[in-house]
Amino acid sequence: MKKLLIALVALLPSLATAAGGGFQYPLEEVKIDLKDQPSLQRGAALFMNYCLGCHQMQYQRYQRTAEDLGIPLDLAKDNLIFSDQKIGEKITNAMPVADAASFFGKQPPDLTMVARVRNPDWIYTYLKTFYVDEKKTFKVNNAVFKDVGMPHVLEGLQGTQEAEMVYDTVDGEKTLVGIKLTQKEPGTLTPAEYDQAITDLVNFLEYVGEPSKLESHKIGTWVLVFLAVFFVFIFLLKKEYWRDVH
Amino acid sequence: MFKNLLDWIEYRIPMMRVANMHALQYPAPKNMNFWYVFGFLATIVLVNQILTGIWLTMNYVPSADGAFASVEYIMRDVDYGWLLRYMHSTGASAFFVVVYLHMFRGMMYGSYQKPRELLWLFGMFIYLALMAEAFMGYLLPWGQMSYWGAQVIISLFGAIPVIGDDLTLWIRGDYVISGATLNRFFALHVIALPLVIVILVFLHIVALHEVGSNNPQGIDVKHPKGSLKEEEKTKFKIHEYYTSKKDIIDDVVPFFPHIVLKDLVAFSLFCMGCSYVIFFNPEVGGLFLEGPNFEPANPLKTPEHIAPVWYFTPFYAILRAVPDKLLGVLTMFGAIVMLALLPWLDRCKVRSVKYRSGLHKINLAVFAVVFVLLGWLGLKPATPTFTLMSQISTVLYFGFFGFLWLYSKNEQTKPLPARITK
Repeated sequence: MKKLLIALVALLPSLATAAGGGFQYPLEEVKIDLKDQPSLQRGAALFMNYCLGCHQMQYQRYQRTAEDLGIPLDLAKDNLIFSDQKIGEKITNAMPVADAASFFGKQPPDLTMVARVRNPDWIYTYLKTFYVDEKKTFKVNNAVFKDVGMPHVLEGLQGTQEAEMVYDTVDGEKTLVGIKLTQKEPGTLTPAEYDQAITDLVNFLEYVGEPSKLESHKIGTWVLVFLAVFFVFIFLLKKEYWRDVH
Repeated sequence: MFKNLLDWIEYRIPMMRVANMHALQYPAPKNMNFWYVFGFLATIVLVNQILTGIWLTMNYVPSADGAFASVEYIMRDVDYGWLLRYMHSTGASAFFVVVYLHMFRGMMYGSYQKPRELLWLFGMFIYLALMAEAFMGYLLPWGQMSYWGAQVIISLFGAIPVIGDDLTLWIRGDYVISGATLNRFFALHVIALPLVIVILVFLHIVALHEVGSNNPQGIDVKHPKGSLKEEEKTKFKIHEYYTSKKDIIDDVVPFFPHIVLKDLVAFSLFCMGCSYVIFFNPEVGGLFLEGPNFEPANPLKTPEHIAPVWYFTPFYAILRAVPDKLLGVLTMFGAIVMLALLPWLDRCKVRSVKYRSGLHKINLAVFAVVFVLLGWLGLKPATPTFTLMSQISTVLYFGFFGFLWLYSKNEQTKPLPARITK
């Protein structure tokens, strides 16, 4: 089996970086609250303004999003749709695949389910840990996603950060054990405001990953209540029938 | 009026006779404990899978281009599509939970022993069909793990000498997993295998009702005709199909309503567990639905860690424990064959673990622990430590059957009571 996996790995060099240990930047916890509609609305606005240029949500519709987030449809039409798309259409952009690949090296991934593929903490930390790296095409690198092909789109909001790589000797080899980030130039938001902004964004991504959650939690509670009552009655009925058996 | 209608039907098809024979007047031992509910629960899950499956196919698109998007269409645009899909995905895992417990019940109380060998074999065939069904179903969402999991499992057949490569080509219908594979898996998943499973379940139940249900004490409730005094016979109305052949002791209850009510108590608890998963935690931390599967299948990008869904992991761990691929595949299938051979490997005449030797109790307990441990190891990456643990567990897994065969011939068992005691 292992041989087979190794063979698969060898066949497909693109994944060579994925496996193996190495330094993992500690993830920060993000507070997700799908009941916080203002937060979800702000997150949606951030997404449409900063992300949608390159990343699509090709499985999610504007209308469903607006309805779930409590945004009146005409407001959503005027403030969230920047193309000539209709409200019932899916959240897509017009960037041709070939162009995307030549701009970034690969097509920017669809973000509909990014919160389920990765996890909210990962995205939150990722969005916080861009730092200046002159060697890269977009002059930035990322502490969570090393050598990421994406520019720091939110740099105007966050400002820039500098990274200090912390090395230690492990088993006689110089090994990266930590990355210290410090603010270099300020952005238009304070660090606390920036944290709130990306919390909103991650909150929104979490919602889009599984829009049914809003509904399922509500129904689920009643289903469990019903089953609990059903259990009591069926248990008593069973007891009644079995009383004479033993 | 209603009576006339029933008579009219009964004259033409034996509706009431079958209902009486197999439910209302079917004798079930009165000491059946909670381990005896999993057959009923498995039937419920089967019905759930068939019904939700039918509705899912109404919107699912079985093509490499459309499959992934159609699943998200079901999740987002179809009314309560998310509920159907989660009931189906949770049902798949729940099926294996109850089937594993059902099988372990059989092992504890010797339900595979004479005269229930064929019943056990039908069960094993259901289990095999279920694994094939689950495996093919897992390809259908066409996510990364669907694709690569199938890739790994189908390539196992490549280990067979001479015909291996041609065989994998034949299974896939292509040189890689592709739309052709998806289409045939869809056909097998929604028609062929469910049909096989339903037929096998029918045969399983027919075989069960012919030989009768076992019980936690493993003693017979059916005695030779004429051997029981009238006051020893059961007072419940039992169908003459059973009473004409055997005397039935006063330790049975009719399946309906007594056993059904007991099953329904378990059913309501089981439903609560399933509902919690369906409504609040459908992924179960990546066990029921794996994270990488929310990314569309990409033949050019292997996930960093390919792990099958939890219900296959015990056998996956056994497969990985053996360094040679062909030997590994054989060992893995051997692990299932051993289970099927249980009626002949166990040579003891006493069924229930309650009256068997301490050695057997320990052996069975070790087997249970090892099986769970293998399941856990199958989820982990194959590091040297984990591989060593898998190897030890694999030896213990097969050891269970070997030891059983050795000691069961002349086992020190406790005397069996004449009647069911509770």
